[in-house]
Formats: sequence, C-alpha cells, structure tokens
Amino acid sequence: MEIAGIGILSWITFLPVVGMVIVLMLPKEKKDWLRWTALVVAALQVVLGAFLFMRFDRSLGGINTESGMQFLEKFSWIDVRSVSWFGRLHIEYFLGIDGISVVMVLLTALISFIAVISSWNIEKSLKGYFALFLLLDTGMMGVFVSLDFFLFYVFWEVMLLPMYFLIGVWGGPRREYAAIKFFLYTLLGSVLMLLAMIALYFSVNVYIDPAGGLHSLAEAARGMGQGWEKIYTFNMIAMMDPGNFVPGSLLAGLDTSMRYLAYGALFIAFAIKVPIFPFHTWLPDAHVEAPTPISVILAGVLLKMGTYGLLRISFPIFPDAMRHFAWELALLGVISMVYGALVAMAQTDFKKLIAYSSVSHMGIVVLGMSSMNTQGLTGAVFQMFNHGTITAMLFLIVGVIYDRAHTRGLNEFGGLMNQMPRYAGAMTVAFFAALGLPGLSGFISEMFSLLGAFQTFRTLTIIGAATIVLTAAYMLWVLQRVFLGPLPEKWKDLTDMNGRETFMLATLGVIVVFFGIYPAPILNLMNSSLNTLAALLQHGAPAAMTGGM
Amino acid sequence: MSDRMLNDLSLFAPETAITLTLIAAILADLIFRRKPILVSAIVLAGFIVTGLLLLRQAGVNASIFSGMVAVDSFAVFFKTIVILAGILVVVFSMESGELNSPGRKLGEYYALLCAAALGMMLMAGASNLLMMYIAIELSSLSSYLLSGYTREAPDSSEASLKYLIYGAVSSGLMLYGISLLYGLSGSLDLATINRALPQVLAGGSAASFTLLIAGVLALAGFGYKISAVPFHFWTPDVYEGAPITITAFLSVASKAGGFAMMIRFFKVTFIDAGAAALPAGTWATLQGFHWVDLVAILAVLSMTIGNLVAVWQNNLKRLLAYSSIAHAGYMLTGVVVLSNEGLAAIMVYFGVYLFMNLGAFYCVMLIADKTGSEDIDEYRGIGARSPFLAVALAVFLVSLTGLPPTAGFVGKLYIFAALINGGWTWLAIVAALNSVIALYYYVRIFRNMFLRAAEPSSARITLSGVQNAALLVLLVPTLLLGIYFSPLVQLAQASVRLFGTP
Repeated sequence: MEIAGIGILSWITFLPVVGMVIVLMLPKEKKDWLRWTALVVAALQVVLGAFLFMRFDRSLGGINTESGMQFLEKFSWIDVRSVSWFGRLHIEYFLGIDGISVVMVLLTALISFIAVISSWNIEKSLKGYFALFLLLDTGMMGVFVSLDFFLFYVFWEVMLLPMYFLIGVWGGPRREYAAIKFFLYTLLGSVLMLLAMIALYFSVNVYIDPAGGLHSLAEAARGMGQGWEKIYTFNMIAMMDPGNFVPGSLLAGLDTSMRYLAYGALFIAFAIKVPIFPFHTWLPDAHVEAPTPISVILAGVLLKMGTYGLLRISFPIFPDAMRHFAWELALLGVISMVYGALVAMAQTDFKKLIAYSSVSHMGIVVLGMSSMNTQGLTGAVFQMFNHGTITAMLFLIVGVIYDRAHTRGLNEFGGLMNQMPRYAGAMTVAFFAALGLPGLSGFISEMFSLLGAFQTFRTLTIIGAATIVLTAAYMLWVLQRVFLGPLPEKWKDLTDMNGRETFMLATLGVIVVFFGIYPAPILNLMNSSLNTLAALLQHGAPAAMTGGM
Repeated sequence: MSDRMLNDLSLFAPETAITLTLIAAILADLIFRRKPILVSAIVLAGFIVTGLLLLRQAGVNASIFSGMVAVDSFAVFFKTIVILAGILVVVFSMESGELNSPGRKLGEYYALLCAAALGMMLMAGASNLLMMYIAIELSSLSSYLLSGYTREAPDSSEASLKYLIYGAVSSGLMLYGISLLYGLSGSLDLATINRALPQVLAGGSAASFTLLIAGVLALAGFGYKISAVPFHFWTPDVYEGAPITITAFLSVASKAGGFAMMIRFFKVTFIDAGAAALPAGTWATLQGFHWVDLVAILAVLSMTIGNLVAVWQNNLKRLLAYSSIAHAGYMLTGVVVLSNEGLAAIMVYFGVYLFMNLGAFYCVMLIADKTGSEDIDEYRGIGARSPFLAVALAVFLVSLTGLPPTAGFVGKLYIFAALINGGWTWLAIVAALNSVIALYYYVRIFRNMFLRAAEPSSARITLSGVQNAALLVLLVPTLLLGIYFSPLVQLAQASVRLFGTP
C-alpha cells in the first residue's frame, strides 16, 4: 500500500514532520497560516486513518506473526558489519499494524485533529507551539506502528522533549514543576525499558538472508538458505518466539528470575505512562498545568501508550512472567480504579478531578488486560479507545469553562444549565459516558473488561466493579455543582459554546454515542488479534504460529 | 638500522607535523607580530595536515622507536579525536571575545595548544612507562599555562595554580607507582612487564599487594587526567577559571589522551595472556590482581558524584565540568567489561562526545561573549533572543543526556549494551539511573532558555556567519549520528586493535 513510493504508515507517521518543517519556514506573524498548516496535516492523517480503517483485513491476527501484520514496511536501516567478534548489528525500519495498533492509530489521528482545533485560540509563540505539537504527533504515531523495538524506543523518546516544552511553555502557573516531573518520571521509565531492550537483544537470535529477510531458528533448522547469517535482533516479532532465545543467554528459558526482572523493568516503564498506582503522581500535576489541547493529547493518546506497550511488548514477549504476575497486575488495576475514584471525589478543581478519573478509568484497562481472555482484552483495548474519546471530551469541557470563567473551582459554579444549554448537553453526554451509562461507549468497554476479569479474578473484580458506583457519585456530583442550583451573579454573562467548541465536542459525542449503540466496527477490527493474543497468553506461543516470521 | 629509523620516522609523521606547526607558530609570531591572524591560520592548517597524515595511518599496527610508541589503529583513533578537537578549538579561539581582547598576544597561546595536542597524541601511543610519563607531563605543563592564559582574570590564575598543584601531586603518585612496577618486573616496557608479572605474582601475597599499590598509584595519574572521582577536585575550578576554549579542549582532548593511555596500560600490562579459552574479543585479568573492581568503583563514584553535584551548580562552566566528570564515569564502565565490545563502546562514546561536548562549550562561549556571564540566570530568555543558538545548545544538552534521536543516545546505547552483554547488569542499572539525574540539571538550562522570559532590556543576540557555520558543523553530526551511526560504529570496532595484543 504505497503513495508516491512511500508506504501509507510512513505517510501517516511522518506527515507531521513535513508539517513541522513547513511551520518552521513560515513567518511567525502569519498565525492563521500556521494554524491551517497544522490542521491540514491533522486532517490528512484522519483521511489516511479512514483509508486504513476501510482496507484493514479483519481476519488477520497479527501479534506474533509477521504474516498477520498489515501494511508492512520493512527495510534495513542500520547495518553494521565489522570485525568478526562483534557480530553484525542489523536494525530494521519495520512498520506494520494489527488489530490492536490500528485502533490506536485511528484514535491518535482523531485526537490530534481535535487537539489542533482546540489549539485555535493559543496566541503565544504559535510557531514553536505547532512545530513541537507536530513532532509530538509523529512520536505518538510512530510508537503505534513500530514493530522493531529499537524504532519503538526512538519514537517513544522523541515525544518526551516536545511534551516537556508544551507543558512548560504554554502551561499554567506551576508549569515548570509539572513539566520537569513529567519528564523525569517518564525518563526513569524509559531508561529501564532501554536496559530491558538491550537484554532482549542479546538473548534473541535469528538468521538473516542476504536479501535482508529474517528467519526464525525453527525455520533455519528446517533448512538453511544460501548465505544465511546468525544475528541478534531488535525485531519484536522474533522476540515473541520462544524458539529464538539463545540457550544460556540472559533471558532464555521460562519463569527465570532474569525474565521476571526484565518484565518488571518494562512494566515500570509502561506503568509510569499509564499511569498505574503507585506511579501516577506525575499525572495530576501535568494535567492541571497543561494547556487544554495538550491535556487532550495527554489523556487521549499518551496514556494509551503505556497500556499499548504492555499489550504489544510485555505480554507477548514475556507471557510466562505475565501469567506469573497476572494477579498482582489485576490488583494494581483495581487499586488504581478505587484510589483514582476516591481521590477524584475529594477534588474541587475541575481539571484535577478529571485527571484522577483518568487514573481510575485506566485501571479498568489494566484489570481487563490482566484477565488473559478475549473478553477482558477486548474490553481493555476498547476502553483505551473510549477513554481516549471520552476524556478528550472532558478536558475540552474543562477548557470551555476555564476560558470563560478563568477558574476551575467546582464550588464556584452553579445553575449554568439554562445559561449554557449546548454546553450542558455536551457535558452530560461526556459524563454519562464516563460513568458507564448503557447506550454510550464507555459502558460496553467496562462491561467487557469486568466480564473478562470476573472469569479470572472474582474477588478483585467485584471490588473493582464497586467503583462504578463511586464514579457515578463523583460524576453526578460535578454535574449537580455546575448546572443545578442558583446561578451566581458573576456568571450571568457567560456565553454558550461557540461553533468551534461545539464542533469538537459534537464530533467526539457522536462517536461516543455511535459506538455505544453499535460497537461492531471497532470490535471487528481487533477481534482476531485479541483472540491470538489471548491464546498466546494462555498457552504460550504455539510452535505452528512462529513459522510465518 | 637506518631503514628501521626512517620507517619509524615515517610512522611518526603526524607528531612531526604538529611539532613543526608548533615551531612555525612561534616563528610566525616573532616575525609577523602585526598579523596575529597569521598564527592562527598556520596552526589551523597544521592541525588539518596532521589530521590528513593520521588518515594515512589507518590499519597500521606497529611499534616504533624501540618499543617506546605504538602506532596502532587504537592510537590513531584517539589521536584523531585529539586533532579534531584541536581544529575545532582553534576555530573557537579565533571567534572568542575573551581571548581576542585588545592588547593580548596569542602567539604563545597557539603554540602551547600545539604542544598540548602533541602531548595528548603521545599519550595515546605511548607503550613504555617512561614515555607515558613524559607524554603526561608535556600535555599537563602546556595545559597549566593555557588555563592561566587570561591572567588578568583572577579565576584564571587560581585555576592554573590549582591545576599545577594537583597535577604535580598526581604525577608524583604515578611516578611512584611506575617505580614500584619497575622494581617488581625489571622493565618499563608494558608488554615485557606483562610477561614478567605471572612470576611476580607467584611470589606470594606480599608481591601481589605491592602490585595492587602500584596499580592504585598509576590509577591516580590516569584518574587525574580523565578527571574521575576521587581525583577530580581540580576539574571544576580549572574548567571555570580557564578560557572557555581551553576548557573545551581539556574536556575532550585531554580526556581522550588519558583514556587511551589508561586503557593501553591496563590492557597490555594487567591482562592474563595465558588465560584459558575465552570468547573471542574478551580477556581476563591477571590471577590475584582484580583491578577491574577498582575501575568499577571509580566509574560508579564518578557518575554519581559528578551528576549529583552538577545539580547544584549555577555557573555553566562548572556545571559542564561536573557533567564531564560524570561522562568519564560512563566511559570508565566500558573498561570494566574487559572486552573489545567495551573498548568499541568507549570509542563510539568519544566520537559523539567530541561533537556534543564541544558544541555545548561553544554555545556557552558565544553566550558568555554576548552577555558577559556564564551564570545560569543569564540564560533566561535566550530562546527568544537567539532561537538558533538556544536550539543548538538544547540539542547538545539532549545529546549529553543521551536521548534519541541524538548521537549521545548511541554512545549510551553501546555502553549499556557492552555492560549487559558482559554480565554487569547492576552497573548498567546504576549508569541508566544516573542519566535520569543528569536530565535534571540539563533541563534547568532548557527551563531558563525557553520557559523564562528575559529582562525586557536585553537585546537580541546575533551570530556571525562563521559562528553559525561552526555551530552547524557541530550540530549536524550530533543529529546525524543519532539516526545513522553505522560509519562511526564501524570505525570504532575496526580500531580496537592494540599493538602487542591478540
């Protein structure tokens, strides 16, 4: 699938970089040109996303087979051959998507588009803002399409610096603190990921043929081709095949303490991003200080990178460790759910409340994925998508009121129902979706997560399910405080949402309602991949599936 | 015999070239007093010629002057680093406002720069204890004078004096270590000592204890040169007081010379040549002398103390001084793994360190020339006052932190890979956590440059064409090597060969 000789995934990933270069060349006085450049790039990403959605083959599983991956792009990126004792370093530029990544790619395109529109009223150093925003966009997309661990890591790190500046320069009063906290937490996680990545690299062997194709050890055992050479690899799919691990290497075998250690290092890296309790403390600060569009990106896409990392890397490469620590994972998920909900209930700052509700809702994802069955995984991935759209709505809603009232204190509002009817409508949809009302998308994903988890961890799931009541409580309480009661004198002049704001919230609202009634289009996308993943988690990688490497 | 001598001399061509440059610089300064630009032009040309002569030595593996100096790909690699740093520092010096103040004569400055470079090149090749000592002294004496060159600045004289005192003490210690080694083995030649040591060690615990003392004392000399903790005390004061150009030169070239010498010393002298079969490209320490643990401790201390103290610095030169101590720590871990992989990792690290560290110092120099200060508070609003300069400095700092897609990441990657593959997982974890600490102080500079506004009175900073070009020359490799690093890695891996070792 190529446009002008370049694969579609490269387009969707690197279009923002092209946009960034254009933005940097434009004069900084032309503010509208800058905005429109970013918007066009984001819109093109949505178009490409729609194209991927239509052409995506729903029957292919992906996960641990290359033949199951779609829209593949693969060529040699770095190839170092030198003195014999070093071996050969071969890193591929390897992109492809399966049922999990396609959902994330769609979400990223959608949320980036909304975030650009939401950035329309930013005035301060617009040129720098959009340049960094577009670089961030490339980083996010790249993470979701990379199938080479090295490439994945580069994209993962590319995001850090733009995010630091976007919070640090365009953020609220405590932006410096929030930005550095975000940066340090994430970097701590990523250096651990780097070490785990290197350990994996030195543990996995494959054969490379002269044309650059990789072959698993099992395949080589069946018959070697001319000029095949044994190399270490960063290829994720090769890492998922237990047969490729070098006997006696660092991570060889099953259920060894080194494997647990590497799994733990990766887990911390991803858990910080999700964030899973107790690694969540950077999140409220970052959210509260970030400007609205960046909060939208942060909650809508960045948090998903953590859970995506678990699904794409930790689980399929370390299914033994995953099984061993599944209960602990579920426990952390439940703690995040309960703790996030309880802390959210105590907040009077609107944005902080939404931030903690994110911790709670991402806990559902973690609980769902720890179940190791298709329902739970479906719930988890669908909840990732839904949390992306719903929380994006919630942060936009906070942004709308903050732009007008310049305060986020929940107790200062009241009686806005008649004052801002359109706003009330959008907020009601978003809040009911967040608390899991049937008929809206959040309900379905929460249902699936809990159903799946119930089969594996009964008690934990029952405790976790109880948080739905807590969520309903704090969400409804917010609605009550903002919309009901007498209207304070000072808010008599608040205007309702303008066209731009209505457009953003209506778009997301339609998606939330649509997938609440008819989730099949999304569920079909991920179904075969999640079946494959569930089978892999429950039984280990079946030998038959590794041949397609 | 004379054929031999001629051959040796032809292999000594780069050193000869830099010596001739030194003489030419002095003469030009004497004869053409009115034209100071001539001296710098001669020195620049001399460095470039030396660099070209070095290129011709690729693949040579020989020992010259009766085993005094080795000419092998390992030495050539480090000499190239020294010469590249020299070329860049000469360019910096031509642009430096600090040095080119009216009334200052720069003839001796450039001559001393050549002498220091010659010393560092000899350090990279010296394979005899006496030669090593002379090389260290040559580079040190020139460096003492250079760091005190702006003598009207009180910091500068203080720096020079401190450097001299610490240098004298540590070279004294090293000399003592050398004499012990000579006493034990009866030779000054590294390879001969290595052959003699097994019998010495067989002599019992007294001998091995003496050897340990000799090793520690020698380590003091090397540790001083590469500014590893606990031999680092001179570094912050000298880096702060010396002219920035010299600080930059010391931080890269002097460190390169020190590392080359130290690696050669340990790898040739204290390796068990008769060890049982090991995987290709790895080696073992002598039975009864585990100097590796010493180096590992030094590495951990350098990384941790360098980074933790850097957090509290407000002067940019001091901050970069502590950061360079930390970087010495990262590089030392490459020695610990006792394999070619570790050596190659150090060399890759030097290849990227050259660009990113010189780049950072160059930005600091430009900013100091324009604002008159190296204080971190003066960096407020630089992002608005000179976007290109600020972005360039940000890239160098990101690279020093070791984040992709910059070259610094590749350096870290190879170091971590060598550690993990060599079984030093705990050291890899320490090094990785240290790079998180490092981020904190580098980010303070970003914060001031981009997140805080400048005083309303401060003007825009404009750079000349040469300055922009020099920044680009440093910036391009820093970014490019992060995305495509095969050439550097290939070069490093081809250069791990030391003369006299398998």
